[in-house]
Amino acid sequence: MARPVQYNITNKHVEAPIALASAPEGLTGEGFFATKLSDVVGLARKNSIWPLPFATSCCGIEFMALMASHYDLARFGSERVSFSPRQCDLLMVMGTIAKKMAPIVKQVYLQMAEPRWVLAMGACASSGGIFDSYAVLQGIDQIIPVDVYVPGCPPRPEAVLDGFIKVQDLVGKENLRRRNSERYKELMNSYGIQ
Amino acid sequence: MALTNGTIRQQLTEKFGEEIYDWSEPYGMLTFTSHKDLNLKVLQHLFDDPTLQFRFLTDICAVHYPEKKGAELAVVYHLHNLVENIRIRFKVFTDVNKPDVFSATALYASANWMERETYDFYGVNFVGHPNLVRILNADEMDYFPMRKEYPLEEQTRVDKDDEMFGRD
Repeated sequence: MARPVQYNITNKHVEAPIALASAPEGLTGEGFFATKLSDVVGLARKNSIWPLPFATSCCGIEFMALMASHYDLARFGSERVSFSPRQCDLLMVMGTIAKKMAPIVKQVYLQMAEPRWVLAMGACASSGGIFDSYAVLQGIDQIIPVDVYVPGCPPRPEAVLDGFIKVQDLVGKENLRRRNSERYKELMNSYGIQ
Repeated sequence: MALTNGTIRQQLTEKFGEEIYDWSEPYGMLTFTSHKDLNLKVLQHLFDDPTLQFRFLTDICAVHYPEKKGAELAVVYHLHNLVENIRIRFKVFTDVNKPDVFSATALYASANWMERETYDFYGVNFVGHPNLVRILNADEMDYFPMRKEYPLEEQTRVDKDDEMFGRD
């Protein structure tokens, strides 16, 4: 007798085979569409973020799962993981950063071109985690500015996806002049970055 | 004749007499202490003697005993006789205010790394070491983290709520 099938027996309703990013607000007429340049640039940027994985420990293993077919970060326009900081938009720091490693993280951040974003994945990168000791940096925000923190030890790939979507929101809504503003310069100066 | 703890002890007592003391055998491993100025002489004898032949330095580490005034830091050598497969533990004690101990690098090349590491964590000053600088910790660290006067927890941490840990 055949075993009863238990899984994947109901067909899921799919709204559209390919989800398209919705167009930004604007004026539409016959043969034209007018909108803000910053919205268009934001739309382009947020759907083609190139991540730079800085994986030092177990969070890096979760990141491997995230990049693989099951969770598939490529769905969000980030299939191109680059290992050259100069090509990347998003620095993903995943894992414990020892104090001796801190200058290297900072150097990688400095080598990235503006605009650049940082995601701290897991308890260690965010706050030092369980490693409350003389050798470990208590959160990477002591050396570089962080945009999104993902909690967990380690976070599940879904949590990282959630954090990544939050980064996408930030990227999509960012004002094109933000990186030239006084406030941003002040933030950089507080980290000793020109 | 197989080398035993008894013969090692007898050999060393014949050579050094009362200079080696505090004999014990925790878990069957012969352990003894000498004055810190004699550490190289004892190590050299353990290395050279044809019956002893302790020619493998397994480990050098230190221990901090803040309550032992004048002998706060212990430097512990673990030696291995690879022919007879027997291990011993040799300790010297030093004052934490003047932690000078002679370096064993001339005798055991492996002592180079281990003494740097011991210096890094406990601040033992190995006299005669070719390059006694920090090896594992950040170069700009200005204290010796394994000494007991330094708190275990990182002091720059801000997110730990003392109340959650049953502290005021």
